Amino acid sequence: MQVPAPFAYERATSVEHAIALLGELGPEARVVAGGHSLIPMMKLRLARPDALVDINGLGAELAQIRVDGDELVIGSLARHADLLGSAVAGEHFPIFHDAEKVIADPVVRNFGTVGGSLCQADPAEDLAAVFAALDGVATVRGPAGVRQVRVRELHVGPYETVLAPDELMLELRVAIRPGGGSAYEKVERRVGDYPVAAAGAVIWLDGDTVRDVGIGLTAVGAAHFAAPEAEAALRGQPATEESFRAAAQLAAEHCNPSADQRGPVDYKRHLAAELTTRALRRAAARARGQEA
Amino acid sequence: MTTVEERPHTGFGRTLRKEDVRLVRGKGNYVDDVRLPGMLHGALLRSPYAHAKINSIDTSAAEAHPKVLAVITGETLKGLGLAWMPTLSYDVQAVLATDKVRYQGQEVAFVIAEDHYSARDAVELIEVDYEPLPVVADAKKAMDADAPVIRDDKEGQTNNHIFDWESGDQAETDAVFANAEVVVAEDILYPRVHPAPLETCGSVADMDPVTGKLTLYTTSQAPHAHRTVYALVAGLPEHKIRVIAPDIGGGFGNKVGIYPGYVMSIVGSIVTGKPVKWVEDRAEHLMSTAFARDYHMRGEIAATKDGKILGLRVKVLADHGAFNATAQPTKFPAGFFHVFTGSYDLQAAHCTVTGVYTNKAPGGVAYACSFRITEAVYLVERMVDVLAYELKADPAELRMKNLIQPEQFPYTTKTGWEYDSGDYPKALQLAMDMAGYDELRKEQAEKRERGELMGIGVAFFTEAVGAGPRKHMDILGLGMADGAELRIHPTGKAVLRISVKTQGQGHETTFAQIVGNELGLPTADIDVVHGDTDQTPFGLGTYGSRSTPVSGAATALVARKIRDKARIVASAMLEVSPDDLEWEGNRWQVKGDPEQGKTIQEIAMAAHSSLELPEGVEGHLDATTVYNPPNLTYPFGAYICVVDVDKGTGGVKVRRFIAVDDCGVRINPMIVEGQVHGGLADGVGMALMQVIAFDEEGNHLGASFMDYLLPTSLECPSWELGETVTPSPHHPIGAKGVGESATVGSPCAVVNAVLDAIKPYGVRHADMPLTPAAVWGAMNGRPIRTDLAIP
Ligand SMILES: Cc1cc2nc3c(=O)[nH]c(=O)nc-3n(C[C@H](O)[C@H](O)[C@H](O)COP(=O)(O)OP(=O)(O)OC[C@H]3O[C@@H](n4cnc5c(N)ncnc54)[C@H](O)[C@@H]3O)c2cc1C
Repeated sequence: MQVPAPFAYERATSVEHAIALLGELGPEARVVAGGHSLIPMMKLRLARPDALVDINGLGAELAQIRVDGDELVIGSLARHADLLGSAVAGEHFPIFHDAEKVIADPVVRNFGTVGGSLCQADPAEDLAAVFAALDGVATVRGPAGVRQVRVRELHVGPYETVLAPDELMLELRVAIRPGGGSAYEKVERRVGDYPVAAAGAVIWLDGDTVRDVGIGLTAVGAAHFAAPEAEAALRGQPATEESFRAAAQLAAEHCNPSADQRGPVDYKRHLAAELTTRALRRAAARARGQEA
Repeated sequence: MTTVEERPHTGFGRTLRKEDVRLVRGKGNYVDDVRLPGMLHGALLRSPYAHAKINSIDTSAAEAHPKVLAVITGETLKGLGLAWMPTLSYDVQAVLATDKVRYQGQEVAFVIAEDHYSARDAVELIEVDYEPLPVVADAKKAMDADAPVIRDDKEGQTNNHIFDWESGDQAETDAVFANAEVVVAEDILYPRVHPAPLETCGSVADMDPVTGKLTLYTTSQAPHAHRTVYALVAGLPEHKIRVIAPDIGGGFGNKVGIYPGYVMSIVGSIVTGKPVKWVEDRAEHLMSTAFARDYHMRGEIAATKDGKILGLRVKVLADHGAFNATAQPTKFPAGFFHVFTGSYDLQAAHCTVTGVYTNKAPGGVAYACSFRITEAVYLVERMVDVLAYELKADPAELRMKNLIQPEQFPYTTKTGWEYDSGDYPKALQLAMDMAGYDELRKEQAEKRERGELMGIGVAFFTEAVGAGPRKHMDILGLGMADGAELRIHPTGKAVLRISVKTQGQGHETTFAQIVGNELGLPTADIDVVHGDTDQTPFGLGTYGSRSTPVSGAATALVARKIRDKARIVASAMLEVSPDDLEWEGNRWQVKGDPEQGKTIQEIAMAAHSSLELPEGVEGHLDATTVYNPPNLTYPFGAYICVVDVDKGTGGVKVRRFIAVDDCGVRINPMIVEGQVHGGLADGVGMALMQVIAFDEEGNHLGASFMDYLLPTSLECPSWELGETVTPSPHHPIGAKGVGESATVGSPCAVVNAVLDAIKPYGVRHADMPLTPAAVWGAMNGRPIRTDLAIP
């Protein structure tokens, strides 16, 4: 059995308590949520926090999924399974259900959290692409108070976010706007595998014209998991297969995939285009009220 | 109201597995469940380098850890003469490295501590000064003139060559090829894979300092062979060694050999005087224990224009890793690869196999390969499809045209195997009927019109299992015969003791059923004891699908001995001559007077009573036997796989899998089907997702289940199974082995299906695993070398 190096363990009883503990325990302390990214890394001794602050007792404060005005709010401690099971999330953004169906396996989904996924900043994390497509905003709290961080500005590199060691992600907010559709497309080698590549799209139509669009990409080295060039090119264009392909091509060109055992660079770039096209196609169909 | 008397289950047929009563309740007892008083915990330091000189090892910080009792290095072992141990292929392997490390993950030092966590912490405190050396990670470069010599420990070894081996008649084969109308060649890689049983390897060694007796609880598929090897290696007297293999969570050939960790737990127990547990983790298991395959093959097939296959010629480069530790009968350094002529009636065949050292983990024969028949079947079944591609022939029809015919059995192949029995065309026809083959081809044609990719893959296999006849087959000089002991208690309950060892195959049920079938005893009344060398007769263990062919035969024969003895006892009870008795289900009865008879239970009681027995007849009802198989048994099968390929992503979905297996007489059809299900899942795994690849520095790229993928139920269709039954003529109950059939036969069916799907792209061959990237690469004329890091 792989076992982690020694560490201290504290259980937070409130958000304030968690932040206080992180301050006391210093920069080598880490929050543990579902632990499904952090603990494997500790067991492999790739991560060696001095201390863990367990926030699993904060579900009442941090695990809600609800609509607040014209925003969908997802608590950072919502489990993948909660998001998959959430009717309200699926109703407004089918992309969540598309993605959650193909993230990990039921065991991991029962424990892994939305906040943990985003804070882990794994370059192949699925939800990073989903929230990038949706242009979600994270509410983050530290000793100095609360601040808002766009998910598109959250990640500074692999396994690195803009959060300070004593900051806690509380929730994520996504604006609900009428006339939209969304979808997620992923290629994996096997169920439960991290993506070889994946793309998410959300699209708003005015008749047959693209009013606005968001595109997220993961595992292909897209800066901030987003494709702003493709989005800009597609805005105002007719919502056709042709313009989707052109935008997807642009998204693929701006990716920077690296080769690994999941595939070579050219294949991943090809997938970025192919999956972006598919996601746009499906998102547009949904925006038109057709299930695709 | 009528009551139906529930008759206890007896003999062959479907019945629940006896072992599941404990296993499904979580009451199994695995090595890691063994907890002895005062037990200490060991952990290994492993090499981060694939090839490096060890300048020095500093263990002082680890030794200073408050919970550490001892740190052992190769230098310590050298003093005891234990730094090296023999492998099952007459090579040696380092127990702990002294001079160099030769693959990433190799064992370097062993820490013994009060608990597992402390042992792991202390391992990190050991400082090794390594001097990295050039690495051979690609077998194809192992024989380059400038390749570093990996085994400079071996006197006279100046390159990385291990052996050359050949089979078949070269001149005859060359002549057939020279005159053939059609000759097609293909380079085919069966990449390195790993059997990956869910239970990793481990042991608990308990050396009693007073009696000098060593008890070793260990993950062993071959406890008796292990005991003998320990006696030879460690110089311990064999009667003072007791090897216990408790419940085992999967073996697949991975637990046939002896690993340094086992030896270190023994050394640790001797050094500390306390029991020492060592259980490796997943990464250690995938990096250092027996892998499978790694065969680089060049196949050539000769045929007539109208599709009569004439000959096969094969050249193999076999990557054996840093130590030649493959487990196979001594005379066969390439295992049974020379059964590569498969199920076809050929005029000539020839193969050469060259084994080389590389900076990779040792092993080679594992993952349900029947001593490399997996590689052989993959080769021939791929080559037949390659020929079909060239001839534009239907692959099922081409096979049908060339199969060995039923009247040709016993059939001697061009490489010297004597296939015992079979009706191949019947099995293939059944599989085609079950699949609706013609309909599938029609559907495929329609889909192709629309630009959709659907593939139908056919594979036919002949297995050769039940090793084996003593005069041909031994491992380290131990003949491959197996014993059985059967005791009937006075009340008619029985204990069967066998040398083979289940790792999940259901021996406790199947072997009870064999006894029950011979003696008419209920399955529930027969206990099967195995996996403990102090409790069971000698034999070579369970691998190569040999349990039913060898130990199953021993079991039937020992039960027949009991039946014969029971006849004499019954004759004394009934006061008639034994000749006047006939066996009827579960009793000896007087011929012509069936009222007069004695059941086996009555006879058992009498055998233990004061009943006077004829002169020279001992009391009690027990017997022993040793079974030396006259030949192997030859199960076979026809598999058809249907896949859909996503043209835009290269993703493969296995839609259907039809498997017709003939393993002779089926003892427990449910268990047989379970074995087939597992093997088919293996096939999907190997064909589509599994490989242990290495980068140029020899870094292992598959050391976790996130990197080395096991298929799940979602990648597997609902299996469609069929059967034909051709009994083995030389086996006492006509049974053939089935444990590995599906693993041997299925990978090629899946691969053939995928390649059939992408045939419109002009693809004739692509290597496993056919991941989405590999399929897309093949479709776009940029195939991937799957055994290396993807550039
Ligand atoms: C077998 C397996 C398969 C997987 N497959 C996929 C997959 O296909 N796709 C995919 O996207 N992911 C996959 N994952 C990853 C999975 O989604 C993540 O493990 C999980 O969701 C991360 O959440 P967690 O709650 O477990 O995070 P943890 O492991 O608890 O934490 C991860 C990191 O986030 C930090 N953190 C957690 N919560 C907060 C917070 N509220 N505020 C600040 N920092 C925080 C932690 O300190 C840590 O650094 C897989 C994981 C496993 C084990």
